[in-house]
Order: sequence, then structure tokens, then C-alpha cells
Amino acid sequence: MTTLDIIQVLLFIALLIGLTPVLGKYMYKVFTGEKQFMHPVFGWLEKLIYKFIKVNPDEESNWKSYTFGLLLFNLVGFIFVFLIQLFQAQLPLNPANLPNVSWHSAFNTAVSFMTNTNWQGYAGETTLSYFVQMIGLAVQNFVSAATGIAVIIAVLRGVSRKNTDKLGNFWSDLTRSTLYILLPLSILFAVVLVGQGVVQNFNANETVQTLQGAEQVLPMGPAASQIAIKQLGTNGGGFFNTNSSHPFENPTPFSNFWEMFAILLISAALTYTYGKMVGSTRQGWTIFSVMMLLFVTGLAISLYGEYSTNPVFGHISSMEGKETRFGITNSVMWSTSTTAASNGSVNSMHDSLSPLAGMVAIVNMMLGEIIFGGVGAGLYGMFVFVILTVFIAGLMVGRTPEYMGKKVGAFEVQMAIIANLSTSFVILIFTAWAAVSSYGLSSLNNAGPHGFSEILYAFTSAAGNNGSAFAGLNANTLFYNLTLGIGMLIGRFGVIIPVLAIAGSLAGKNITPNSAGTFRTDTWLFAGLLIAVILIVGGLTYFPALSLGPIIEHLLMNSGITF
Amino acid sequence: MSTRQINSLFNKKILLQATKDSFTKLNPIILIKNPVIFMVGIGSVLTTIAVISGIFSGNFSGFNLQIAIWLWFTVLFANFSEAIAEGRGKAQADSLRKSRIQTMARRLVGDKEEMVAAPELRRGDVVICDAGDVIPSDGEVVEGIASVDESAITGESAPVIRESGGDRSAVTGGTKVISDRILVKITSEPGDNFIDRMIALVEGAKRQKTPNEIALSILLAGLSIIFLLAVVTLPAFFGYSLSASGLPMSQNLTIPVLIALLVCLIPTTIGGLLSAIGISGMDRLLQRNIIATSGKAIEAAGDVDVLLLDKTGTITLGNRMATNFFPADGISESDLAHAAQLSSLSDETPEGRSIVILAKEKFDFRGKEIHQKNAVFIPFTAQSKMSGVNLTDAKGIVHQIRKGSSEAIRSFILNGNGFFPKKMEEKVAELARMGATPLVVAEDNKVLGIIQLKDIVKGGIKQRFAQLRTMGIRTVMITGDNALTAAAIAAEAGVDDFMAEATPEDKLRRIRLEQTNGHLVGMIGDGTNDAPALAQADIGIAMNSGTQAAREAGNMVDLDSNPTKLIEVVEVGKQLLMTRGALTTFSIANDVAKYFAIIPAIAVSLYAGKDGIGPLSALNVMNLGSPESAILSAVIFNALIIILLVPLALKGVAYRPVSANTALIRNLVIYGFGGIIAPFVGIKIIDLIINLFA
Repeated sequence: MTTLDIIQVLLFIALLIGLTPVLGKYMYKVFTGEKQFMHPVFGWLEKLIYKFIKVNPDEESNWKSYTFGLLLFNLVGFIFVFLIQLFQAQLPLNPANLPNVSWHSAFNTAVSFMTNTNWQGYAGETTLSYFVQMIGLAVQNFVSAATGIAVIIAVLRGVSRKNTDKLGNFWSDLTRSTLYILLPLSILFAVVLVGQGVVQNFNANETVQTLQGAEQVLPMGPAASQIAIKQLGTNGGGFFNTNSSHPFENPTPFSNFWEMFAILLISAALTYTYGKMVGSTRQGWTIFSVMMLLFVTGLAISLYGEYSTNPVFGHISSMEGKETRFGITNSVMWSTSTTAASNGSVNSMHDSLSPLAGMVAIVNMMLGEIIFGGVGAGLYGMFVFVILTVFIAGLMVGRTPEYMGKKVGAFEVQMAIIANLSTSFVILIFTAWAAVSSYGLSSLNNAGPHGFSEILYAFTSAAGNNGSAFAGLNANTLFYNLTLGIGMLIGRFGVIIPVLAIAGSLAGKNITPNSAGTFRTDTWLFAGLLIAVILIVGGLTYFPALSLGPIIEHLLMNSGITF
Repeated sequence: MSTRQINSLFNKKILLQATKDSFTKLNPIILIKNPVIFMVGIGSVLTTIAVISGIFSGNFSGFNLQIAIWLWFTVLFANFSEAIAEGRGKAQADSLRKSRIQTMARRLVGDKEEMVAAPELRRGDVVICDAGDVIPSDGEVVEGIASVDESAITGESAPVIRESGGDRSAVTGGTKVISDRILVKITSEPGDNFIDRMIALVEGAKRQKTPNEIALSILLAGLSIIFLLAVVTLPAFFGYSLSASGLPMSQNLTIPVLIALLVCLIPTTIGGLLSAIGISGMDRLLQRNIIATSGKAIEAAGDVDVLLLDKTGTITLGNRMATNFFPADGISESDLAHAAQLSSLSDETPEGRSIVILAKEKFDFRGKEIHQKNAVFIPFTAQSKMSGVNLTDAKGIVHQIRKGSSEAIRSFILNGNGFFPKKMEEKVAELARMGATPLVVAEDNKVLGIIQLKDIVKGGIKQRFAQLRTMGIRTVMITGDNALTAAAIAAEAGVDDFMAEATPEDKLRRIRLEQTNGHLVGMIGDGTNDAPALAQADIGIAMNSGTQAAREAGNMVDLDSNPTKLIEVVEVGKQLLMTRGALTTFSIANDVAKYFAIIPAIAVSLYAGKDGIGPLSALNVMNLGSPESAILSAVIFNALIIILLVPLALKGVAYRPVSANTALIRNLVIYGFGGIIAPFVGIKIIDLIINLFA
């Protein structure tokens, strides 16, 4: 690593720490209805939307109707995206005359974009029309991210309120996060990206002659607008198949830095919103620190893995699968960020990462996408671990465990366990299924433990709603489209529903005031405990699976064997 | 740990019974109440089947047999821990029960009395108890007054007074009337009086899981399911790796190995000890002579963060005592003390006696000397609010010495054309401000001085409150005194807050207010008018000497009727919760080492080179002897740790009155870090021993 690499890493982290309170405070104002500077710009539109969908934003609902509204909205979105793919040939904005998509691929893609996963079993530029990309996918990019934010805001209301069953209004939360957070930020990011050379047009793909005289097809389309939201909303679904390694998606080192930063920005800032909502920014920073510590550790291990000598090839580090304009540090930072924050966009081939860096990528996702995580999703996933930590360690102070003055009882524990089980179920059961079935194994590109890692990665990515792929796996088959689709649904709603249930239950409770007898959740001690619980409860389950994949591969590589 | 506890823990009879019970508890219907241990039970059966089918198919595996044996031991050890906790409770209950078996009662039917056995008494029956009779069942004195020996249930040998009406009318079955005769109206149905209920509770027969225990069980069951997922999917991952290594599928993991892994990962330690911890919590309260009507109450005691404490009896000694004499100008202190003593000789109240004692201590006056003189004692009456003595001296002149409240003495003096000195007036006001009660002594029409009566704050109570404060518990003193007096005592005792001139309604209102603000309130009381407040409080401890209404309203009864007990109850509650948390943390932290023992052992052949040792052997950080011994060591450790921790579960983790943060760090270091390290050491040692014999 050069000094410049180190400076870049530090700059990245410093910028993230610096902007967290700025954006966090702004988001707090958005959701508490305080006046903020975007009000004059989009206020009229917000009111118009409420009028159009006949919703009174001040009318709040309990957790069940909040969840019901959320599920209904997502279902409608799913059906819409599913149908327009099935009939894209008959729909406008299809200059390349792409045919209709197969039902199982359409199912997978619709689920994928609705759940903020953006797993792509297809190649964007050769499969989907501009209409599908813009009206279907880009819209889902916005609303799936907004859904995640709405959930965490509802959770925070549950934590901070007392003796009520009201968690807020889903439609207004959805509208506000889209209009005041995602839309302005996307515009800002898109403009910068266009400035860096990202394409933004409605032209058909162009065919040009290369210097050697060969013919090459240059893909076109409204890329910049979709890239901004795919990064900011931790969606990750690339406009082009090679995602952010494509020069039209990510042309320069600056655009790369900018896009990487966008991955973590909102999720990091939400921790500050968290602190503001519960009335103590220390609480928010504690969670931020846990995320940051896990992130930096993962990054360090990945960098170590990539920069250490591969005994098989004998040279220092491997550029296989990486773009020369980004180099190793930028590729590894991206792979760590994109898997930490269930984004899933890539700027290098994760399949070619060293076993250690590949393992970090998988572990980031296995922990439940809580290291910053998806927008909203990362924080409510972390919230589940906070509940578990409070319950396990809280007893040790000699009181019924409580979080923010709320007693954590059987119901909360049960829901937290269900949320945890959902992810484990998808990762373990589906990977096992694929590892013993011919339709699972036939898609493999590599043999040995690396092949196993590819399957493990795919289902982990689905369960964590990440969407990135090891890419060695041919996932556009009936088996993978369906299992991954179901996995994404369980990984998304198997967490959202229990988390909202916890919020509903907590909202109804009274708040015990702080005292010397209170189990503190805003200290380094708690941060350490939380990390321990995340690693032992969230991570150890996968130790056998990891042992047979990346760990064994790493050990084998050190003794000179690769796959 | 006192010798008594050690004795009862290792009592042969209890051990024998507990060993027997460990086997009867193998009944699946009983076992399923504990999902984690039930899972181990199923694993034991499956492994045993694997061993037996191995014998019949001719490839008997000694390794599988050993696993099976240790799995059965794991289940038995868990059962044993519960059985021994129950056994100890039973032993305590049995001694109480003995007193009741042979009791006959004299039931009053109309005017006649008839002899019936105690268990036949119904609620509403009236029985006669003379001196020497054992009171047959719980009841209320409806006629008469008697002294009762309650040592059978309280261990306190001094008899207590029980009388009809008022706050001391409740009697408990099994106690003995020592003097007089009372009529007792039975207030409980057979088999449901206090002792019966207590016996049922400590024996675990009626024990219901507490809210916290339920939540913890859910967590443990959930973790078990997650680990079950990890284990059932392992053969698929393993099979893939076998084919990738070019090994035959017959080398895939066997059922006994998978079960061994599962049992090591699921939280068997806390799962096995959970009910023992709960039962022993009850038991620890019982050792302090407190009966909780539910396990839930003990748990809530740990959560209490506001304590309402009656001033009298809890914070101060029962009565006010004379502490100082303040003579008027021209009077010596000894003259004042002398007059004060004379005026108090006929005052039989504790306050009066304390004046006599103070005079004796300070100036060595003796009452005897005075008796010889020609004296007429004027006792205290509600009208005069004074007591005193009329002395006839040698000349035949009568001197009237009086002692009483400043108002009473003032009018006494003014009647004799005397005057009340301004300086004394000021002193009276000053003392009142300080929270003391001033009594004025006068002779004829002259003020001699003031006696200061003070509440004596119990020794060590201030430190106790300071400890409570570090634990985050707020204390509120309740008193009928006026605000000035209350404030002074509150300051001296170091309570956080006080309620002066408090009526029972005020108490109830205060409890509700605290609860609305999110606090959990504990209180102790005895009177009928305390009943609503006791019922409203999260922890209401009724004194055994209190009324039946109070006892039914509370969720605990203190057999010793000692108000300071409230603090101990809180400590027992906290200790119970801490023990659960500590062992849960220990149990979960154990998993790290077990993975490092088992994973390299089962994967040793994968992707192996010519030496037959696969790369995952690098994870064998403990350098365990062989794959078989590694797995076996983990299973053995897992079983033994349950039995080793039984004393801790019964005794509870060491409890100190410290802040939440300090307690957390302490427990984390011991049970968190200890939980990670202990199995590494333990498994290694067991492995060394196994390989020594192998």
C-alpha cells in the first residue's frame, strides 16, 4: 500500500464521520416534521401526493396497520415490475427490441428490486428495456430504500414513545424519505457523475469501429440517474451487467470515490438520526462506532489478504478481476463497503478476491447486513442485535433487561430470534440444498472450496438483501431464480415484520427513568458487548460453513493449492 | 457460604433423593418443559440407537458408545441440578410441615365445641385456642388476646401478641398459643394456607415460569434452533467437500458426531441450570424467612427502583428517646434531670422510660430514692397532656413537678401566674425545627428546662441507603410526622425523599405517581389500611404480624415482621437475575472453544495431502490428541460443567451492592471472559486424560 492509499482510506472515513451528523440531523427534521430547507422545494409535491392517495399524514397507525400498509405497497410494486418484464416487448422505450423476460427471471428481478436487494440474474443492457429499467427498477430503487428508512423511523418512534400503540404513518414516512432525502441526494450525485462522464441519454446502443477495425457495441441509456440512487439507496443493481466496473457507470477514480461514499452515507447518517430520535446522540454514536469498528476491521483484513503474497503466483498482489483505473485499495474498499452496506454494486470481480477478502465480504453479509447496512435495514438489523445484547448481558446487572427504559420481555426476544432465524434459515438451508442437488451444482464455475463459496455467497447475498455476487455462479436458472427470490423475500420481510412488532410492543411500554441501576447502552463497554454478540450469536453459526469454504481455501492457498 | 448451607447442599438424604429424581425426570413429558435439555435427550436416544444398530450390524463403535453415555449424563446432570434445588426446598418445607400433621382443632359449633383434625377445617370455621394449643390453620383472632410463639415459622423465640381487631389479629397455622385464650376464625381452605402454599412453591410443584424465565427460555430455544440449522446442513456442506477432495461419501459425518456437535453448541449449561436457579431464589428468600407468593415477585424485586419505607421500625428505632437536657437560666442540668426523672416515673410510655434512663445514665439518679418520699404520681392523660408528681416536702408544702408538651406546660405555668421564658420559647422552636420533640419540665410556676426527645436512626442504615443509591434505588421515607421533623430525620438517615403527614391514601397516590413515571415500587406494610398500597406496589411485603387483609394484598410475607427486610428482598431479586445472566453469558461464550475443538476434528481428512492431515487442522489450536478424543473431550466438558456449576446456581453469583456498570464489568470479566477461556483449558485437560488412558 502506498501513502496515497492510506490517505484515501482515512479521508473516506473522516468524511463519513463528518457528514453523519449533518445529514442525520436533517433527516431527523424531515421525520419530526420540523421546517427544513427542502420544504419550499418539494412541500407542494408532498401535499399533492397526500391529496392524490387520500392520506392524512397526521393520522398515525399501530404496528399492525403500519406493517400491512408496507406489505401492500411492496406487493403492488412487485406485481407491477413482474408484469412489465413479462410484456416489455409490447411496451414503449425499448429501442433495442429486447424480448419478454422469462417468468422466473422476472419473478427473481421483481423480488430483488422490491426487497432492495438488486440481485441481478440477468445482464441489464441485453435483457431489460429502458422502460423496465426506469419505470420499474429505478422507481423500486427509490421506494425500496424509502421503505427501509420508514421501518427504522417507525422503530425509533416505538423506542422513544411511551404508552401508545401509534408508530406513525407509513405513507407519509415513505413520501418524505423519497422526496426530501433520496430524491435531492440522487440529483446531487447524478449531476456530479454526469460531470465525470457517466452516460445519461435515451439512445439505442451504438455500434462503433475500434482502432483494430473490429465492431463494438457501446451501451447507452439513462445510467447516471439510476446509478446515483442505486448507490445511495444501497440497491446496487447496475445499469450495465458489469456494474460499477463499467467505464460508462464509473469512469474515473473520483467518480469511484463518490460512488463508494454514497453507499455508506445514508446508513451512517441514520445512526445520528437514531440518537436524535431517542433523545441522546451518544446512543447513536455508540451504534455508529460499532459499525465503524466492524467495517474498519473487515477492511483491514481484506487489504491484508489482497496485499499479501500469494504463494501460488509468487507476486505481491493480484490484479485479477480488478480495474486498472481503480487498483487494489479502491477495489477492496468497494468490496468491503458494498457488502457491509447491503448495496451489492461491484467495481471488481469478487470471485477473484483473495480467500480472506472474499471471506470478509461473505461475513459482512452473514452478520445480517448491519455494518451500516442497507438504508434503514442496516440499522433495524442492528436493532435486533441490540435487543439480544441487552437481553443477554442486561440480566447481569440484576434487573429485567431494559433498552432506553423499556423492559425487554418474552415477546421482544421471540421476535428478535425470529428475525435472526430468517437469515440463518435462508443461508444454511438453501446453500445445503444447492450443495447436494444437481441443479444447484450444475451452475458452478469453479471446483473445490471455491465453488462452495460461490453458492454460499449467493444465498448469503440474497438473505442479506445485498445483491452482489461472487459472479462465478450462473444464477439465471429456474432453481436459482426461485430459491434466491424466496430467500430475498424471507431475508427482507422475515426481519421487517418482527422488527415492527418489537417496535409496536415497545411503544406500549412505560419508560423507566435512568439511574445508577440502569444497564447503560451508550458506553464503550456496551459497544464491545454488542460486537461480541454480533460475532458469537450472529457469526458463529456460520463457522462450519465458512471453514469448508473460504477458510479452507485460504489455508490451501498458503500451501500452494488454488481452485 | 455458611456451614449450614454447605451441610444442606451436601446432605446425603437430599443427594440420594435428587439422584433418584434425576432418572424419574427423564420422562419425556417432564423433560419437554425444558426444550434445550429435551433436545439433548432426543440426541441421546438417537445416539444410543446408533450404538445398538452398530452392535447388530457387526461394527460396534466404542467411540459412539462413549458419546452416548456422556449425552445421557448431560441430561441426568441437568435433571439432578433441578432435583437438588427442589430437594433443598422440600427439606425446608418438611420441617415446617411436621408441626401440622398431628394438630387437632377445637371447632366451635353453636355453643358447643368439637374436636376435629386440622386439615378438616374450612374457611369461616371458628376454633378455640387455649394456652398450650397449636393454632390449627391460618386465621384471624376474633375474640381475646394472647401471646403466641411463632418460632416454628420465624425461628424467633420471643413470643408475639395477637389480639382481636387492629393490626395484630392474624395468626398463622402451626404456631403455638403460650398464654390466654383466643377465638380464631379460619381464613384459608384446607391445603391452601400459608405454609401449604409455601411448601408447594418451594417444592416446585406449583412453580410457574416467571416472565424473565420465559423470555430466557425463548432465547435459549431460539439459539438451539439456529444451531440445529447449522448442524443439520453440515452433512450437505461436508458431502460437497468430500466429493471435491475425492473422498467417498461413506466418510460423511455420522449421526453421533453431528449430535455431539449440536449438544456442544446449544446452551445446555444455562438450559440445564435454569430451573435450579429459579427454585433456589425462592429458597434463599425462605432462608430469610420471607415467603413469596410467586416467583414473579422475586424477579420484580430485582427491578424495584423506588422503596417506600416506614420511618418507624425501618429507619428509626421503634420509639423516640430522650437524648439531651436543656436547663433554663439559673437551673443546673442535674436539677433539671432530677425533676425530669421524677415527673416521668409514672409515665410508662417508651418515651417516659427513656427519660428515666437518660437521667440515670447522666447523673446516676435512682428511682428508688424517690419512692420513699411522700409522693403522689400524676399519670399522663389525654386531656392534661402532662405527667408528673406532687411531692410534699418536710414543711408540708406541695411541689408540683410536671412534664409535657410546650403548650400543655405553658397553660400549666400561666395558671400558676408564672411566665414562660423567651429563651426557652426559642429553644423549643429550634428543637422542633431540628426534627426533635421538645418536652418542657416545670416545677409549680417555674420552667426548669427542656428535654429533647429524638428519633434514633438505626445504626448502619445511612450506609445501607448509600449502597442502595449506588445500585440506582431511591428511598422514600413515609412518616406521620410534620414536614419539619420529617425533613430533619430524612437528612440524618440519608434517604432521598420523604412524605410527611402521610395518610394511607397519600401512599397509594404516591405509588401510582411513581409507577406512571416508569418506576417500580417496593413497600412493606402491616395495617389493613396499607392493603391498597401493598396491592398497588410492584413488590408489597406484608408483615406476618399484620392483618389478613394486608397479607393477602402483598405478594410476599415477612415472617419476622422486620421492615428492613425489604432491602434484602431486593438484593435476592437482583442476585437471582444476575445469576441467570452470568450463566447465560458463560454458556454462550463457551461455544467459541467448542467450535475450535470439533470443527478441525471432523474436517481432518478434507483436502488432505499425502500425510492425511487436512488444512483445517490448523484450527486445532488446543493441539488435541486425536479427532475422536477432541469430540469426546468437548462433550465431556459440556456435561461436567453443568454439575460443576450446580453450587453456583444454588448459591447465586457473588452479590455486592454496586452500580449497574460495576456489576456488569465484574460479571463480564468472570463469566464472559471466563466463559471463553474455561472450556479451552477444560477441554485440553480432559483430552490429556483421555489420551493418557487410550
